[in-house]
Amino acid sequence: MGRVSRREFLIAGAAAGGGLLLGFRTGERAPALAAAATPPAFAPNAFIRIGTDGRVTMIIGQVEMGQGMYTSMPMLLAEELEVGLDQVVVEHAPPDDKLYGNPLFGFQATGGSTSVKGLYGPLRRAGATARTMLIAAAAKRWVVDPASCRAERGAVIHTASGRRSTYGALAAAAAEMPVPEHVALKRPEDFKLIGTPAKRLDTPAKVNGTAQFGIDVRLPGMKIATVAASPVLGGKVAGLDEGKAKAIKGVRQIVRLDDAVAVVADHMWAAKQGLAALAVRWDDGPNAHLSTGDVVKGLEAAAQTPGVVARKDGDAAAAMAGAAKKIEAVYEAPFLAHATMEPPNCTVHVQKGSCEVWTGSQVLSRVRATAAEVTGLPLEKVVVHNHLLGGGFGRRLEVDYVTQAVRIATHVEGPVKVVWTREEDVQHDVYRPYYYDRIAAGVDARGRPIAWTHRLVGISILARWLPPAFTNGIDIDAVDGAVQLVYAIPAIRVEYVRHEEPVLKTGFWRGVGVTHNIFVVESFIDELAAAAKQDPVAYRRALLSKSPRARAVLELAVKAAGWGQPLPAGRGRGVALLYSGWDTYVAQVADVEVSPSGDVRVHRIVCAVDCGTVVNPDIVKAQIEGGVIFGISGALYGEVTLKNGRVEQSNFNNYRVLRMNEAPAIEVHLVRNNEAPGGIGEPGTAVTAPALANAVFAATGKRIRKLPLKPDQLRSS
Amino acid sequence: MVTLKINGKAHTADVPPDMPLLWVLRDVVGLTGTKFGCGAALCGACTVHLDGQPVRSCVMPVAAVAGKNITTIEAIGNTPSGRKIQQAWLDLEVVQCGYCQSGQIMSAAALLASHPHPTDADIDAGMAGNICRCGTYSRIRAAIKHAAGG
Repeated sequence: MGRVSRREFLIAGAAAGGGLLLGFRTGERAPALAAAATPPAFAPNAFIRIGTDGRVTMIIGQVEMGQGMYTSMPMLLAEELEVGLDQVVVEHAPPDDKLYGNPLFGFQATGGSTSVKGLYGPLRRAGATARTMLIAAAAKRWVVDPASCRAERGAVIHTASGRRSTYGALAAAAAEMPVPEHVALKRPEDFKLIGTPAKRLDTPAKVNGTAQFGIDVRLPGMKIATVAASPVLGGKVAGLDEGKAKAIKGVRQIVRLDDAVAVVADHMWAAKQGLAALAVRWDDGPNAHLSTGDVVKGLEAAAQTPGVVARKDGDAAAAMAGAAKKIEAVYEAPFLAHATMEPPNCTVHVQKGSCEVWTGSQVLSRVRATAAEVTGLPLEKVVVHNHLLGGGFGRRLEVDYVTQAVRIATHVEGPVKVVWTREEDVQHDVYRPYYYDRIAAGVDARGRPIAWTHRLVGISILARWLPPAFTNGIDIDAVDGAVQLVYAIPAIRVEYVRHEEPVLKTGFWRGVGVTHNIFVVESFIDELAAAAKQDPVAYRRALLSKSPRARAVLELAVKAAGWGQPLPAGRGRGVALLYSGWDTYVAQVADVEVSPSGDVRVHRIVCAVDCGTVVNPDIVKAQIEGGVIFGISGALYGEVTLKNGRVEQSNFNNYRVLRMNEAPAIEVHLVRNNEAPGGIGEPGTAVTAPALANAVFAATGKRIRKLPLKPDQLRSS
Repeated sequence: MVTLKINGKAHTADVPPDMPLLWVLRDVVGLTGTKFGCGAALCGACTVHLDGQPVRSCVMPVAAVAGKNITTIEAIGNTPSGRKIQQAWLDLEVVQCGYCQSGQIMSAAALLASHPHPTDADIDAGMAGNICRCGTYSRIRAAIKHAAGG
């Protein structure tokens, strides 16, 4: 995949200087934006602008959806630039793949737990470049050796004489300095910010109602629309009762597309009432009779066919044939919705020759591209204003809601904000795919695995979303977590069977491939331990001789959790271990209780995490805590089902998520080292389902191989 | 035409009497700190105070709130419990995406006002109606206790 070169950062000076960016005030912890924007005196790259007033603006291409981007990314820049976070104002970057491309995707995308991993080096170099030029400007002015100067809190100081000049006073001169080819990065032992629990820059505005999410956009003359798309994928509008809707006060316009209807009104209430009054009739199309069972049958049949080999160690078939015993299982993971707290929404103003879009998106350049495509305008005539995201989890890696809003807006005079109801969201999501896995192990006389075969079956998200990443029939995301199996097993064969089920749109979901694979792998290892009548931790430990970091997190988690200490009846502890392409190691111990009626109560979760270099330990902990809650919601309740081509769930009453009264105590223990930074947004989610399933097994003796962990599978009577 | 007393200020709005307060606040008055999450009193993102009591504004007809004191997230910092809760939220870094937090803070401020030293059971009862998808529950619990102690 593409990499962002140093050169791309450096050519950005002029481009980033204009006044086109939407200012984002970070709140009381940082100085407010000046009323009148002054042109920056120094803009060494796409990420940093320094005004003659000394104001340091950081333009962040990674979007803030709760994961701390507007703190961790500025920390990387500020560390090397030698400014305090209290001296920094953060701005949303505009769409620009060249300037703000994610090195691990090759374009501007925030997802896959890649931001710190991909930008740890590039952003530090960007900060160091600016610092080097500021020091050079001061040294030139003072006629001293730059090496005799140092930078500190937004000023350059000549150490010997104590002369001092602020970045603001140096900004204009720094802009005249040559851009250095090589810059020195700080040594980790000299870090002032990286590795500290610095306060977040985005949160003050989020506790007083001033934070602006996409849904909060208000523009002069703006109308509000809500929309109903065909309840069955592929269906069309067959008819509607326009008169009744138009009779509702505040309803201004009905926009009928081939596959959706929108009601445009003065406010959301009129739009909702209008949509209900339309009583839209649908031609359901070819998917009208499909149910979840049909999907599973398709996957089951596909699982009988060999797949593309994603990992091969030794001869698994031969080793299996020679094993003392063969253990086999089938695992299933359901369709899941994201249910971001901020429902999908997008505001669009289409005018003759231009289009403006206001939304929150994980893929800004794709927002721009789809608006250009729908309107037929060239890219440069489309302006996109990004906002804070009220949750992402992969949902906002898709632009379906943007495409739809632009289609609607082309029929509307003036700006229109299209807001989905929660029901529309749950029933028209881009769902986590249904996965079907066949897994087997051959064990020796002592129960140790000598052969491992894992065939996973599901749709390929990457083949659609990032075709260059789908090579030789392998979806590297779908097999992530399965191919990195850390256990020392001499013969391993992992196969991927791509099987498309075009009955629902499917896409990323917090930890998508890994979340499913770790559930399968870690549940099955537990099965092998049980078959060998061994303790699940001891069984894993014996297989981790070649993976010291994995073993270290396992030991840390079990020690902190009090593994082996007695629990009351009905309670059980489960363990799970994660390693994947995120380059992060997590071990989790879950303590659950299963009631006689089969309800699972999670009492305590202990996680040990080694994600290498930590930028902000408090944000890392928060991501693990949140990821665990997301994982529990999915494991206990998460399930989207289909009947007659329609999604059966609609809102939080029947697409249940974890609440305060159900939330466990969560402990996160970090291993600190100087390894390369790993991803942290998704591992907490991915490691949770197997830990819970294994704890349920410990509590009840019941092995659940199909998520969610529903009471009807666990009832005692 | 309905007259509403929002954050101590009178507002008149030409809206139907059955229109939920949420949409009057967001789309008519322009106070967007109160959030839309479900439209069915299932998630708590739209929580505001009516005469100090927490209510779900997405199902509260505007006709039912005329003459009452409506407090939203924009002004909760003017109350002692609201101010303490906001500060505790920042001290413990509760917030992630932040979208649900207006509602969380409104529920927590009401809880703290009625229960100055809430137990875990009080917190469960007072906060179970507010969903957070980022999963900030353990920090919310800790922050409420922090606010009560400080």
